[in-house]
Amino acid sequence: MRTVFLTWLLAWLPFAAASGADAPATRLGDTGLYLPGTLQADPAHMAISPQYPLWSDGARKRRWLSIPQGAQIDASDPDRWVFPVGTRAWKEFGYSQPIETRMIERLESGQWRYLTYVWNAEGSEALLAPAEGISRHLASDAPGGRYPIPSQEDCLACHDGGAGPLLGVSALQLSPDRDPLAPHAETPPQPSTNLVRLSELNLLSNFPPELLDNPPRIPAASPVTRAALGYLHGNCGACHNDNGSLADLDLVLLQSAARPEAGLQRSLQTLVGVAADEVADGVSLRVLPGHPAHSALAFRLRTRNPIAQMPPLGRRVPDIEAIALVERWIQLETSKQFGMEQQP
Amino acid sequence: MKTQTWAAALVALALPATLAAPMILAQEPVMAPHRAATSGEPVALDLVERGKYIVSTSGCHDCHTPFMMGPNGPEPDMSRALSGHPQDLLMPTPPVLPAGPWQIVVSGTATAHAGPWGVTYTANLTPDAETGLGKWTMQQFVDTIRTGRRLGRGREILPPMPIPVYRNLTDADLEAVFAYLQSIPAISNKVPDPIVAEEVLELEAPGETAEK
Repeated sequence: MRTVFLTWLLAWLPFAAASGADAPATRLGDTGLYLPGTLQADPAHMAISPQYPLWSDGARKRRWLSIPQGAQIDASDPDRWVFPVGTRAWKEFGYSQPIETRMIERLESGQWRYLTYVWNAEGSEALLAPAEGISRHLASDAPGGRYPIPSQEDCLACHDGGAGPLLGVSALQLSPDRDPLAPHAETPPQPSTNLVRLSELNLLSNFPPELLDNPPRIPAASPVTRAALGYLHGNCGACHNDNGSLADLDLVLLQSAARPEAGLQRSLQTLVGVAADEVADGVSLRVLPGHPAHSALAFRLRTRNPIAQMPPLGRRVPDIEAIALVERWIQLETSKQFGMEQQP
Repeated sequence: MKTQTWAAALVALALPATLAAPMILAQEPVMAPHRAATSGEPVALDLVERGKYIVSTSGCHDCHTPFMMGPNGPEPDMSRALSGHPQDLLMPTPPVLPAGPWQIVVSGTATAHAGPWGVTYTANLTPDAETGLGKWTMQQFVDTIRTGRRLGRGREILPPMPIPVYRNLTDADLEAVFAYLQSIPAISNKVPDPIVAEEVLELEAPGETAEK
């Protein structure tokens, strides 16, 4: 029983991913997000809004980025920005009021630390969550009245998957050439933190200047294809890319700002007409051109069976708007490009 | 997170004695018991041998090798070692247990388990490319155990897999386990997918329909 008790105890200790780091603040208010004594974000932090946001059961989000004074992001590879030590980012999730605020910071050691703070019912204070997360945190206005606070491993599942630790802070996500059809796109906070502003603030080093003149965009053949692949980039590309531990699945949904055409083709080549794991009767291909009902991609976005659903975490409510977009793309655009000869 | 909760509940209920051994391993790093005949000093087993040692002392066979009735009672069928729930053993709907402390039922093979989380079938751990771990990488295996998620980022590994125990193994131990699992005979055996309890789905998002 001693082992059982110790296992239980350790699971509830607040976590610190990086050994030797200072203990994390136990209160969100002590992380530097807010002006002292207030719940007003420090205006020195940049409010950001990626053009292809992650669907989180319809939660409203606010995000902030802080780069230490005098430091720069090494942006020489537009697809793999390297952030300076001291970089901090916060992301607030909630409905009528905030439920949790996540914080990612780059420590002196170069390691990244992932923390989650849970708001009280009054919305007056947020405290550090346990390492285990809280799988059924009570939140009256969340779907079903419950909200899953992620565990430390859950954080790493997406943020250590090969797309970089800061998923919404990239050349494509912060391009001023925003996709008007992107599902759940938000009106960027003003002043908008995009590539132009980051450059003007001298926060980017070695960023290819041609990408300021011609900002990154997915070079798709149609607006629907662009938006569908953009959605997959923002919601699936964190794991499904050529860099992370799932690379050998050969499914690449992460787009490229450096090589946009190659990135687009790589996605199409690993999606359309490619055999899928068996997920349902009559569904044998990742995308069967013209047939969303027989495409594993659409099935996995639709289903609520946790064995088959994608993404596998952070989602309990299907994203109806995005499913409609992806199905429209499969039905109309893939059949144009790849022909209608394939039948279920 | 759910997996950890249910698995912790299993441990707390002190159900299978097989879970007790890995709990001890989690506290005290595994030391190979073999000693050199001459010096009496511990010797380093090679990776595969060490993996075999960990697998055979940590209860892996107890669920991943089908049991059958032998002259001495239930015993693992080593001709199907670590190949998981037999694909030809189609399980009927599990019995509904009356309210009370009995909550979990197990097949006679010890490869199918039903409880409040649903129905789970133990995985094929042999290196068969299509039905086992043949296409897995070492990192994916380590990530799976460490996170309790398939391939480290996919669906949760469901009970009774004691992830909260095995996740405490060192990387070196997990790599040894994987090296051993890749060295055993491949057995083609397609294990059914788990079935998540309707109650769990209902808890997750009441009122939502499963499919469009």
